[in-house]
Amino acid sequence: MTDVSSTPPATRRVDPVALLAFAVVALAYGRAIWFTPPEATQGFAQKILYVHAPAAWVAFLAFGVTALAGAFWLFLKDQRLDRLAESSAEVGVIFTTAVLVTGPLWGKPVWGTWWTWDARLTLTLFLWFIYVGYLVLRGVIPGREQRARYAAVVGILGALLIPFIHLSVYLFRTLHPLPVVARPEGPAMPTVMVKTFFLAFFAFTLLYVAFVRARMALATERDALDDAAVGG
Amino acid sequence: MSAPGLLGSAWLIARKDLAIEFRTRSALLSALVLSLLAIVIFYFAWDSTAVGAGDLAPGVLWVTFTFSGLLGLHRSFGVEAQDGAMDALLIAPVPRQAIFVGKALANLAFVLGVQAVALPAMVLFYDVGVGAAWPALIGVMILAAIGLVAVGTLFAGLTANTRLAELLLPVLALPFFVPIVMPAAQATAKLLAGRPLAESFAWLRILLAFDLVFAYACMLVFPATLDD
Repeated sequence: MTDVSSTPPATRRVDPVALLAFAVVALAYGRAIWFTPPEATQGFAQKILYVHAPAAWVAFLAFGVTALAGAFWLFLKDQRLDRLAESSAEVGVIFTTAVLVTGPLWGKPVWGTWWTWDARLTLTLFLWFIYVGYLVLRGVIPGREQRARYAAVVGILGALLIPFIHLSVYLFRTLHPLPVVARPEGPAMPTVMVKTFFLAFFAFTLLYVAFVRARMALATERDALDDAAVGG
Repeated sequence: MSAPGLLGSAWLIARKDLAIEFRTRSALLSALVLSLLAIVIFYFAWDSTAVGAGDLAPGVLWVTFTFSGLLGLHRSFGVEAQDGAMDALLIAPVPRQAIFVGKALANLAFVLGVQAVALPAMVLFYDVGVGAAWPALIGVMILAAIGLVAVGTLFAGLTANTRLAELLLPVLALPFFVPIVMPAAQATAKLLAGRPLAESFAWLRILLAFDLVFAYACMLVFPATLDD
């Protein structure tokens, strides 16, 4: 996209989206810690909601973006789409890991156990496995076109797989609360919590966008460097 | 001779693969021995006085099928690596999807062949009373085998051209086996416990939907895994 020889590399410049994302994250957590009351029965442990749930949202969002970018790549063969898929998958792994780490931290005080084979927990764990498999596959294919093609196939099939894993593990058993916020009769949560909750969602989504932008800039430079090395 | 259609070409490719397998018998024999070994070894992994063999049987059976299936799937594109056989297959005037369907059919025969030996072996070794559940149990086996083979064939083709193929195939394919192995094992457990088939309908619906969606989707995306 950019001519690397004349402009400063995109990875060196400070991305305004990243600045905004960090500011909103700070705002959301300031609000969550100091201005949102603790939950009546769970106490302070419930605060982890503001990390856990938004991270889970971004984890699934990232996988959706990876799958869509891959699908479009198959038709358009635009390298930027493949870089988007790659970046989104890598950022997605980070957020999925955050979900898997914060989940047990919350589960121990509230459910009394670090890990349980609950439906949504298991689904997230498999999401993580699919992501990692996807990235391992990318890592072993040196050719750019072949890598993009194979990754697109795995990304698309992975997106198809998610509902099936969801169905199976849900049928197996679930411990998670039924929807607390997104339900037809309105959120079963005090407004002050809902506001913080949505602010945290917005903050994490911005953070996702910022991370993907940074990762894409890196991928663009890497590809340009490869081209320069091959083209001489 | 005029070029055959999708199913005709697929049939030819499946027959070719099965002929190779039948003449060498290397993979099928290994897979059979592996599944028998697994069934025998798993028996000793639990305290047989604490856990009844019948309670272990469904889990052991499905873990065994999953891994012996992977063994066969890996071979399915491995045989094309020699002497540029894959290139010859690509040059042949057959639809690309026919290669997938043919390979999948051969793999299905392979997996069903392993199941045909491993299931009676487990019934024998674990002293499981199947009784009237045989037809339903065989139905579950076939439903699960279709999904396993559809996804497995695609990933076998995908990983065949990469280094680490034998490692990458299970890493990629196993998460996809979750919605197959979980329903199949749950339905098997219910059937072996003498519960009516109707109790397993929810699981069987997932299996059937998986088969339909993934058989079609894998066939559709398969050409993207071929390198011209």
